Amino acid sequence: MAAIYPSPKRSPSQAVRTAKQRRWFMPVSLLGGLLLWQIIVTVSGLPAFILPSPVEVAVRFWDMLTGGRLLLHTAVTLSELLLGLLAGGGAATLTGYALAKSPSAERLMSPYLIASQAVPVAAIAPLLVIWFGPGMASKVLICGLTVFFPVLINTIVSLRGVPENLRDVMRAMRATPRQTLLLLEIPAALPVYLAGLRVGATLSVIGAVVGELVGSNQGLGFLINLGRGQYDTALVFVAVFGLVTLAILLYGTVLLVERRCLAWQSDPDKETSLL
Amino acid sequence: MCPATLLRIKNLSVTFQDGNGGLEALDSVNLDLPECRFVAVLGPSGSGKTTLLRIIAGLIQPTSGSLQFNTPEGNPPRIGLVFQQANLMPWRTAIQNITLPLEMQGISEKDACERARGFIDLVGLRGFENSWPRNLSGGMAQRVALARALIQEPDLLLLDEPFGALDALTREHMGAELLRIWQARETTVMMVTHSISEALLLADRVVVLSARPGRLVRELDVPFPRPRTDEIRYSPEFVALSHDLRASIKEEPEPIPVARKPKK
Ligand SMILES: Nc1ncnc2c1ncn2[C@@H]1O[C@H](COP(=O)(O)OP(=O)(O)O)[C@@H](O)[C@H]1O
Ligand SMILES: [Mg+2]
Repeated sequence: MAAIYPSPKRSPSQAVRTAKQRRWFMPVSLLGGLLLWQIIVTVSGLPAFILPSPVEVAVRFWDMLTGGRLLLHTAVTLSELLLGLLAGGGAATLTGYALAKSPSAERLMSPYLIASQAVPVAAIAPLLVIWFGPGMASKVLICGLTVFFPVLINTIVSLRGVPENLRDVMRAMRATPRQTLLLLEIPAALPVYLAGLRVGATLSVIGAVVGELVGSNQGLGFLINLGRGQYDTALVFVAVFGLVTLAILLYGTVLLVERRCLAWQSDPDKETSLL
Repeated sequence: MCPATLLRIKNLSVTFQDGNGGLEALDSVNLDLPECRFVAVLGPSGSGKTTLLRIIAGLIQPTSGSLQFNTPEGNPPRIGLVFQQANLMPWRTAIQNITLPLEMQGISEKDACERARGFIDLVGLRGFENSWPRNLSGGMAQRVALARALIQEPDLLLLDEPFGALDALTREHMGAELLRIWQARETTVMMVTHSISEALLLADRVVVLSARPGRLVRELDVPFPRPRTDEIRYSPEFVALSHDLRASIKEEPEPIPVARKPKK
C-alpha cells in the first residue's frame, strides 16, 4: 500500500536529515562571502585605505581586542542601547497602556505622537548633543526616542486586539482589573508587543550610531569617525562589524524571549531562520 | 437538599440603544429557576436567549426588572458560563485553562491541578491535559470549557448553545456526555439550545421565547423519568413532545428591508 500511495508528507527521518544538512548552509555562505571579498581585493588591487582585505581587518580586529579598546567602545555603545531600550521601551509601554485604555487621551496626544515620528532622529540628534553634551546621556535619549514609537504603536494595537470574547470569560469569572491585566491582557498582547520590541531593538542601534557620529568621545560610532579621519579604513570595518554583532545580539535576544513566551503559537513548519 | 428557587427573574426587559429608538431584545420576562434542575431555553434566533444568559451572568445590565438570587447568606452567586465558542486562552494548556478560575481564587497551582484532574476525567479529556487549545478539536475544546465552568462549583451553570458550533454527530455525543455529567453532579443548569431533542433529552423544564422582542411563550415540564439515556429520543412520547414544541417556536424569517423612495 505504502509503495502504491506514497505519503505526501516527508517521513520524520527525512526531515531530520535535511535539517542537519541545512545547519551547514550558513557557515558555508559566510565563508563564501569572505572568499569573494578577498578575491575582489586581490584582483582590483585597491589600496587598503579604500578597501582593506579580510585579513587586514582581522589583524586590526585582533589589535583592538587585545588592546582592550574595542571592548571598551563596544561596552559604551551597548550600555547606550540597553539604557535607551529600557527608557524608551518602558515609557512607550506605559504610555501605550494608558492610550489603549483611553481613546480620548489618544486623540489628545496623537498630534504630538505623529510629529515625534515625523521628525527624523538624524535631524534632531545635533540639537540633543548640544543640549545634553557629547557623553552617554544624549545617546540614550536618541536611542530612547527611536525605540519609543514602534513600541508605543504595538502596545496600543496589541491591547486593543485582546479578543472581546476572552474579556467576557474574565468578566463572567468576576476578575479584578489586576487579574484581567495579568491573566488576559499581557499574555494576549505579548505576540504583537514583542514584535514591536524587536523592531525597536534594531532601530535603537541606528539611534545610538547616529548620536555617536554627531558628537561623542566613546563608542563604536566614535571609532568609525576616528578611522575615517585617519584613513584607517580597517578600523571602520571593525567598528561596523561590532555594530552588526550588537544588532544581531539584541534582535536574537528578543527573538529568544519570543520563542520562550510564545511556544503556544509556534508552528515549527512555518518558522524561518530570519524571524 | 434542593427545594428552593435559586433565581427569580421578574419583569426583565432589555432595550439596546441602536440610534433609531432602541432595539427591544427582551420584554417582561418572568422566570423561576428551581435549584438543582436543568432548564432548557428554546427560541428563534434573535429572540434574546444569549442576552438573557448574559444578564444572569452579570455581563450586561437589564433596562428594567430584577434578578433575585436565593443563595445562602445572600452571597453573590457563583456562575459558570460556557459560550458557543470554547473561548479558551490559547496560551494556556488544557489543564491550565481549567485551573484558571482556581488561580484567580488564589488556590496554589498544586492543589488546583489536583482538583482539575478529577474534572479532566469527568469530561473525558485524560491524555490531553498538556495540549495547546490550537491542537484540540472543537468537541474537546468545548469539554475544556465545560470543565473550566464546573471546577468553580457554580451555583448556576449557564450554557449558551454549547454544542452549536459542533458537527451533528459530535453534538449528539456531547449531549449524551452532558446528560451523564449532569446526572453525576446535580447543579442548577440553564442551557440555551437550538435543538428541541437536546432540550427534551436533558432538561427538567423547557421554556420557549418568542421572536423579537423575546417574551416567554411556553413553559413545559418534561415528563421523562431519570436517569435518562440517549434511547428515549426514539420513544413515541418524545417524538410527540418534539412536534408540540416545534409548533410553539415560530421561526419567523427576518423581515427583508424594502427600499423606499426617500420622502420629500
Ligand atoms: N450588545 C448589543 N447591542 C445591540 N444589540 C444587541 C446586542 N446584543 C444583542 N443584540 C440584539 O438583540 C437581539 C437578541 O440577541 P441575542 O440575545 O443574541 O439573540 P439569540 O441569542 O436568541 O439569537 C438581536 O436582535 C441582537 O441583534
Ligand atoms: Mg445566541
